[in-house]
Amino acid sequence: MASSTLTRRGLLRGVGTATVVTSCVRKPNDGKSDHPPITNVHTPAEIGPEPTSVSFTLDGKPAIVQVEPRVTLLEALRLDLDVTGPKLVCDRGACGACTVMVDGVPRNACMMLAHDVAGANVTTVAALGTPEALSELQAAFVRHDALQCGFCTSGMLVSCAALLQRRGPTRNKLTAEEVEDAIAGNLCRCGTYPHVVAAVLETAGAPPPTSRRGEA
Amino acid sequence: MNPFSLVRLSTLSEVSARMAQAPETRRLRAGGIDLIDRLKEGLEAPDELVELRAVAGDDGARMTGLAERKGGWSIGSLVTLAQLASFADFARPFAAIREAAASAATPGIRNAATAGGNLLQRPRCWYYRHVDLICLKKGGAQCFALTGDNRYHAILGGGPSFIVHPSTLALALLAHDASVVVFSPKGERTIAIADLFVPPSVDPSREHALAPGDIMVTIELPPASAAQRSTYLAVKEKQSHDWPLGEVAVRASVTGGKLSGVRVALGHVAPIPWRSGEAEAVLEGQAPSAELFARAAQAALSKAKPLEHNGYKIPLVEGLLRQALHSICEVPLPE
Repeated sequence: MASSTLTRRGLLRGVGTATVVTSCVRKPNDGKSDHPPITNVHTPAEIGPEPTSVSFTLDGKPAIVQVEPRVTLLEALRLDLDVTGPKLVCDRGACGACTVMVDGVPRNACMMLAHDVAGANVTTVAALGTPEALSELQAAFVRHDALQCGFCTSGMLVSCAALLQRRGPTRNKLTAEEVEDAIAGNLCRCGTYPHVVAAVLETAGAPPPTSRRGEA
Repeated sequence: MNPFSLVRLSTLSEVSARMAQAPETRRLRAGGIDLIDRLKEGLEAPDELVELRAVAGDDGARMTGLAERKGGWSIGSLVTLAQLASFADFARPFAAIREAAASAATPGIRNAATAGGNLLQRPRCWYYRHVDLICLKKGGAQCFALTGDNRYHAILGGGPSFIVHPSTLALALLAHDASVVVFSPKGERTIAIADLFVPPSVDPSREHALAPGDIMVTIELPPASAAQRSTYLAVKEKQSHDWPLGEVAVRASVTGGKLSGVRVALGHVAPIPWRSGEAEAVLEGQAPSAELFARAAQAALSKAKPLEHNGYKIPLVEGLLRQALHSICEVPLPE
């Protein structure tokens, strides 16, 4: 899986940059880690400090912003592109409200620079479904009352969607513990965690949670 | 954040030369988690971030690779904590590496944060992180933790600064006698992990021994016998996205009923990842037992000098160490 991700990344980078040396993208290990390696940048350059353009794929569509290197991905999404699904809360990677997928991997958009995603595939909560046509996961969140104030929900949904995507055909083997681990970076002050876990397990077709971690 | 440029150079020599030229105005960037945090807090305002991810070719491959080497492992400095945490090939002899990586931060952070960055991050002390407080580490006259709210500060090896070292991965690497390979224009050199960290008694302004222009390329784990066991344990106020109140990493082999190759590392108790020679001396060559572990735990904290608000760390870390030793030696915990 790691090698196919890398190839896709190499190709995507080619879309956003003038010159790209895909042959430099190396297989980092034998694929025994189910997490992809750090995203390499293979275009020697000096960017900034003045604004320069960065293009990437945002929720399936091409996007381009003109930003200084110091602009975070979250700022570019919310302020330049008016994509307000990812929320600004702690701005230090501690709460997960800004979680987006970058090439399928959940990341804190507040701790990345907009220029980090040149050529990458950025997915926000907006791509998961629409109010008229909720995704399976979103519908399960509603059924299970997995949100209260809703401020963590967009990040929570992205983390859960990434988990389901990563597990692919084995998602029906998901356990409550794995879901808890996947949302361990999404802070919900309303305390909806048990409902989120139940919603994800139901979407995955996995057995419902029996007992919470720490309880016998 | 103040304005800065992103510099992407494809060779280690170029990166190293750039950093050596004007270190005060430049910062190396790997995953960038701690760096972006410091920039946002206004602690630093560099003109340039020089991106390690841009290094290509063989050096780039070494820095992002995870390769077995004669029974040990070579871990690229840019390998993410998420990769380490889910790396199935770290079998039981190296369990502490995986467990420590999995314990740090959150899934989103672990997807970005690198092994090298984790080792070289700056302290999390709330006085250090406060832009308006010029503490000892930032060239000021005093360590505010000494008389201030020091509930999270050092109980061992403190003075003149009382930070606790923030790296969780360092603890596991210390227990495994790891070393780091460092590039510099003069060539590559290998530094034992214990020598990477600088105690405040030597220089309170820095936590590591790397000079401008030095770049960590890989972390080397020496080979282990099949009998080796290791584990990492931490206690935090919150289970996730929190810094440990105390943590331990232990490594040992049990052969012929005796402990050998014992390493005991204690974290979030000292300004450097703390190796406890006292505990190791109690354990080495002895038959594992609950009574032995209790004595080792007492020895490990025997020289602790708690500050006003952090005395709780002594029983906490003693308990963690006993639990870790019980776990790797498979001795049932007493009732």
